[in-house]
Amino acid sequence: MKKVIAMIALLIIFAFLAGAIVEMRGEDGGFGNPVNTDMDEYFLGDSQPHNQVNNVVTAVLFDYRGLDTLGEATILFSAVSGVLTVLRKIKAPKEVEK
Amino acid sequence: MKWKMSVIVRTVSDVMVVPIIVFGIYLILHGHLTPGGGFQGGAVVASATALLIVSNGALKDYKGDFSTMESAGLTFFFLLAFLGIVMGFAMFYNSLAGTGGIFGGTVMSGINPGYINTGGTVPLMNIVVGMEVIAALSLILWMMAKNSGMMEVEK
Repeated sequence: MKKVIAMIALLIIFAFLAGAIVEMRGEDGGFGNPVNTDMDEYFLGDSQPHNQVNNVVTAVLFDYRGLDTLGEATILFSAVSGVLTVLRKIKAPKEVEK
Repeated sequence: MKWKMSVIVRTVSDVMVVPIIVFGIYLILHGHLTPGGGFQGGAVVASATALLIVSNGALKDYKGDFSTMESAGLTFFFLLAFLGIVMGFAMFYNSLAGTGGIFGGTVMSGINPGYINTGGTVPLMNIVVGMEVIAALSLILWMMAKNSGMMEVEK
């Protein structure tokens, strides 16, 4: 029963994803030119004069979406804190009683 | 319990660690010109730590250094994020771009040779994020290798 429900859910999700892919096509029916290109043209055209950066990906990562990168760095920091907390040296209770 | 690989592997890894670290630092410093950046370059440099731990089975006690480096990287990233507010703009505003000074050069529009002295706060953020990623991944590797008995700490 669980497998049947899982298969139905998978099919529904797959249908939504396939519909989304079809929606992304351009006016000529191909995948090469999407419908909404305003943000693409803004990033490609303005990252050089505004940020003085040649690499548009880095301009998006560290300037336009800098808050995302801040969260990413904080996630890395908390991951290391978790590893250090789990793997720390603690004394067993018997040794403490002695 | 000493666990280490053969002398061939140890020698080759000792030699190869230098170009790996140099390549990682190149990726970090040229993050605003070529594909790469702080995260990718930091992962490359941390792979040198992994190579040393796996081949030698021993590493010096760098835990405190890595911890300090990681905290310093995240703190400097926060400070660079708030620099935009201090200079009178929004958070994460690239307030050093095109003002002269370090990383303050201007970029010609279109195809250009790509000078490293450009980008404003972007290369600085790349450097501090690279610092944090190097220290964080190396610290995770160091702790896991030490506490699983795979590595022993050199004095």
